[in-house]
Amino acid sequence: MTQDNNAVGKPLSRLEGKAKVTGEAAYAGDYQVPNLLYGYVVNSTITKGKIVSIDVSDAKSYNGVIAIFTHENRPDYASLDLKHADMDAPPGKVFKPLQNGDIKFHGQPIALVVATDFETARYASTLVKIKYEEQPFETDLEKNLGRAREPKKGLATALKPPPPKPKGDFEKAYEQSPFKVSTEFIHGTEHHNPIELFATTVVYEGDGKLTIYDKTQGTVNNQVYVANVFGLHYKDVRVLAPYVGGAFGSGLRPQYQLFLCAMAALELKRNVRLTLERKQMFSFSHRPQAHQILKFSADKEGMVTGLSHAAIGETSLYEDNIEIVSSWSNRLYPAENTHFEYKLVPLCLHSPIDMRAPGGSTGMHAIECTMDELAFKLNVDPLEFRLRNYAEMDPESEKPFTSKALRECYIKGAEKFGWHQRNPIPGSMSKGNKLIGYGMASGIWDAYQFPARVEASISSQGKLLISNATTDIGTGTLTVMTQIAADEFGLSIQDVSFVYGDSKQPFSMFQGGSAITASTGVAIVVAAKALKKKLIKKVKALANSPFHVFQDDAIVFRGGKMMVKHEPSVSISLEEIIVANKGRAIKTTNMGKPHLLKLRKYSKATHSAAFVEVEIDRELKTINVTRAVTAVAAGKIINPKTARSQILGSMVWSLSKALREETILDSTLGKYMNPNLAEYHIPVHADVHDFDVVFVEEKDELINELGVKGVGEIGLIAMPAAITNAIFHATGKRIYKLPIHFDELLKDRIA
Amino acid sequence: MQSWKYTEDYHMNNFDYFKPKGIEAARELIVSIPNAAFVAGGTNLIDLWKYNLTNPSALIDLNHTGNNITVQEIDSGVRLSAFATNASTAYHPLIENRYPLLAKAILAGASGQIRNMATNGGNLLQRTRCYYFYDPDSPCNKRNPGSGCPAIDGYNRMHAILGTSKHCIAVFPSDMCVALAALDARVNIAGQKSSRCVPFTDFHRLPEDTPELDNTLGHGEIITSIDLPHKGFASNYSYLKIRDRNSYAFALVSVATGLELEGSIIKDARIALGGVAHKPWRIREAEDFLREKQATEKTFESAAAIILSGAQGFKFNKFKIELAKRAIVRNAAMALNPSIQKPGAQPS
Ligand SMILES: Cc1cc2nc3c(=O)[nH]c(=O)nc-3n(C[C@H](O)[C@H](O)[C@H](O)COP(=O)(O)OP(=O)(O)OC[C@H]3O[C@@H](n4cnc5c(N)ncnc54)[C@H](O)[C@@H]3O)c2cc1C
Ligand code: SF4
Repeated sequence: MTQDNNAVGKPLSRLEGKAKVTGEAAYAGDYQVPNLLYGYVVNSTITKGKIVSIDVSDAKSYNGVIAIFTHENRPDYASLDLKHADMDAPPGKVFKPLQNGDIKFHGQPIALVVATDFETARYASTLVKIKYEEQPFETDLEKNLGRAREPKKGLATALKPPPPKPKGDFEKAYEQSPFKVSTEFIHGTEHHNPIELFATTVVYEGDGKLTIYDKTQGTVNNQVYVANVFGLHYKDVRVLAPYVGGAFGSGLRPQYQLFLCAMAALELKRNVRLTLERKQMFSFSHRPQAHQILKFSADKEGMVTGLSHAAIGETSLYEDNIEIVSSWSNRLYPAENTHFEYKLVPLCLHSPIDMRAPGGSTGMHAIECTMDELAFKLNVDPLEFRLRNYAEMDPESEKPFTSKALRECYIKGAEKFGWHQRNPIPGSMSKGNKLIGYGMASGIWDAYQFPARVEASISSQGKLLISNATTDIGTGTLTVMTQIAADEFGLSIQDVSFVYGDSKQPFSMFQGGSAITASTGVAIVVAAKALKKKLIKKVKALANSPFHVFQDDAIVFRGGKMMVKHEPSVSISLEEIIVANKGRAIKTTNMGKPHLLKLRKYSKATHSAAFVEVEIDRELKTINVTRAVTAVAAGKIINPKTARSQILGSMVWSLSKALREETILDSTLGKYMNPNLAEYHIPVHADVHDFDVVFVEEKDELINELGVKGVGEIGLIAMPAAITNAIFHATGKRIYKLPIHFDELLKDRIA
Repeated sequence: MQSWKYTEDYHMNNFDYFKPKGIEAARELIVSIPNAAFVAGGTNLIDLWKYNLTNPSALIDLNHTGNNITVQEIDSGVRLSAFATNASTAYHPLIENRYPLLAKAILAGASGQIRNMATNGGNLLQRTRCYYFYDPDSPCNKRNPGSGCPAIDGYNRMHAILGTSKHCIAVFPSDMCVALAALDARVNIAGQKSSRCVPFTDFHRLPEDTPELDNTLGHGEIITSIDLPHKGFASNYSYLKIRDRNSYAFALVSVATGLELEGSIIKDARIALGGVAHKPWRIREAEDFLREKQATEKTFESAAAIILSGAQGFKFNKFKIELAKRAIVRNAAMALNPSIQKPGAQPS
């Protein structure tokens, strides 16, 4: 039994790991409930237009089919847009499934077939006959850049503000600087593709009450959404998601399977399950195409003088999905003259949704490649160039950082990687017939914290119980929260239970933005402190309590006991406290929230530095990332093992983003052509070589009670650019398009 | 003969399933049941079915027809059962030792799990991976003759640069077949009246104006085995597969090379390309050119130019022409020195 408050900082394995790898853990589409009906969604095969007619007669009369819902016969639901807007809804008119016969994107859900089993529903879906009237459409960002416009503003703008105002006179500074580069980057579409498919199981409890097992990153978000859309009481809708098989942002918003499944359950007054197929993963949520133009300049000392970054992203016809793409460079590098822009082009595609490191991984790739190019022009080592332009204060807001250990990331990362062995001349390093390239890049990501409520209680068995509605999307949330709570009470983790993934528990925002450790974690600290206070009060109030001569702050909790710090013989166990409380649990519910007032004087960010080695075949140009190190400064690391997994996972994704992952969009047909994991390439084992993670020490006493910042996204910010820069170093060729196809490197010799 | 018939008129996609005990029985079934299909490993057929690209009324399972000695020696060389799995063939000692080029090519394809299911016959008959072919809502001349070919002006990174037609530019995706073409294999087919034996390079066809036909197998015919001649190029061989990720991806360009040398003089050479055409691409003229020449880089560059003559790229696959030439040269170097070869048919 651990006696000390030392669970935090230990590389504990995931508490639910065994349940997951043995198949014991049930996911949204796994729940066995009686008398279940199964749904299957029919998706639009055209990209834009109208449904002229939809004939369900054959499908309807098929044996085993219970109901078919289309825009023609769907039950009424809330008509106000506001009622459909979830917590993460961007400005615009939210998409309402089956609203009418208008088609706004390929793959739009247009009918739901409900049957006694999945196979029947799926087959009957092929019997639904639809006639469309097609209209012309545009899906290709590159062909529509001329239509770029300012994004609409809305509630979401608070979390995603527009780029900062210009400073100085960029045009003039650029003109007059002796060193400058101008670059243009094109990024393709990516789809989230978590391994767990999107699924919902709705249990119809009667009386307009629903229990919903859903694949989501936000139980409360989806609870409120279902209640609002279908006019139910919040308390009558319970959304559970104890296990989530990845989501990467695609679960930040309620998806159409939830809507359709809840609608069918309410209408049919039956339990219904709806599981989407892999192909349907390509019919909602994606990382948008992006086009970026950058101009950076420097003086002859190698100090950055001007930063200009204009980004154009893609959005749907109905919402303005916003990302923070072009706002990052001045938060890393001081420059007197800046100019930033962010615009959108609406296209006939479904709305993009935040995808791991949204905007940041897009913008920082362009920024860090441009910085590399500028360093090369200056004939300065790229790392040295970063160090020369190191910002102690946030240059953009001119505020100090709550903490910033990026310099240590540079130094420790470079050391671990062996950066000093780099010969600066491109193409100068090789091994046999392979060219070797070293590249590096910096990373920055926000350190968010959302308000969260936590209930903490000592159960009638004397155990600590913590609850909060957050999910654990595979990041290790359960384990990390248990560690935090255990330390607050000096308990071993076996004596702590964390109840989560349930909208019935106290409030949590959705799990995104790398914010949950800070959000729920801080709320746990607050609630635990309150609970301890309550316990002390109760104990002191007992007749003949030896405690009441001691100050509260002389009393500590350790090893399942409350005791006097310097007189451990004065103690009472948690069980005894409960006995004294007549066997009743003692609980408290508290809110943890960011200290906005105090923090207004500071800038908050996580940082990283990535170092990459690539090997490129001299003639064939095939590219391998043979080594990579990512050094991260993200405040206190609660669990080095789960945190390392987060960074390693995003390093693999970085490789994927730079070299593999690509949704193929045919803009003539207006659809995605590779909606399966055979053709949508993510890395395989043979792609992933020697990857390493370094966490540098970063003590942050300002940011929050725990000193944590979150590690979910920072690993995906720097490395794609480091790979691109390494390819330049190996070959002397810059590639401005992601993902990089190795054959781009062949082009120099093709006539 | 065993059979199992689903009679209850309840489930969708009703189909009959037959498990014939011999080739003749299987053939009789296929000619008597309209829209029946053979199934072997099912790794391609079932996928196509799931995508609604095919919808057989009956499955005739070839796995119990009795001809399943994986590999056996015959007078003219070695015979591979059409019904043996890709994995058991690749790991068979006769293949590993005498036809390592074939073993390498098989193991460069798909994944371990798929190779454990996939059969040799099925491998020859797998269909193209053209994105448009796989999307039932897109036009495609191969799937729906006369509907058009969106790949020609669309996304054609995976597509052919040789032997294309204005009706189809699809690629035949197999790795195994590239080696079989290089090795001068022959395909044994049980047919309507008699059996026939087809030289490997005549088995698959070019799209011309009937891209719906991938090969020359007639309806009701069964591939029973594949014969390899004695010559296996076991000393100097190499299979190189260039693709968009290091494993579990189809070839952009692949090369199977077998060389017979006397000192540094080439006595015999085989070069077949995958990923570039509607069939494994082999040009005898290039092999004739190589004979009696010094095995130098220059020599192979000239051979590569002959093999790629007439190649025509499309918007997204022009690179394949240059890539194929370089791959031929590199693979020759790898064949000259098999000890430098890396696992996974990667370039070394
Ligand atoms: C994700 C994925 C990745 C893959 N990657 C690769 C790769 O990289 N390289 C590669 O080469 N292949 C690859 N494959 C393809 C794989 O090799 C083929 O699917 C497999 O070889 C087909 O064999 P099968 O026995 O499963 O055929 P089946 O699916 O059973 O049959 C295919 C067709 O052949 C017919 N048929 C089968 N046997 C006979 C016979 N003896 N006589 C007459 N007709 C017959 C069937 O009727 C059917 O029309 C991949 C497949 C998948 C699914
Ligand atoms: S290339 Fe062939 S298979 Fe592909 S779309 Fe064109 S006709 Fe169909």
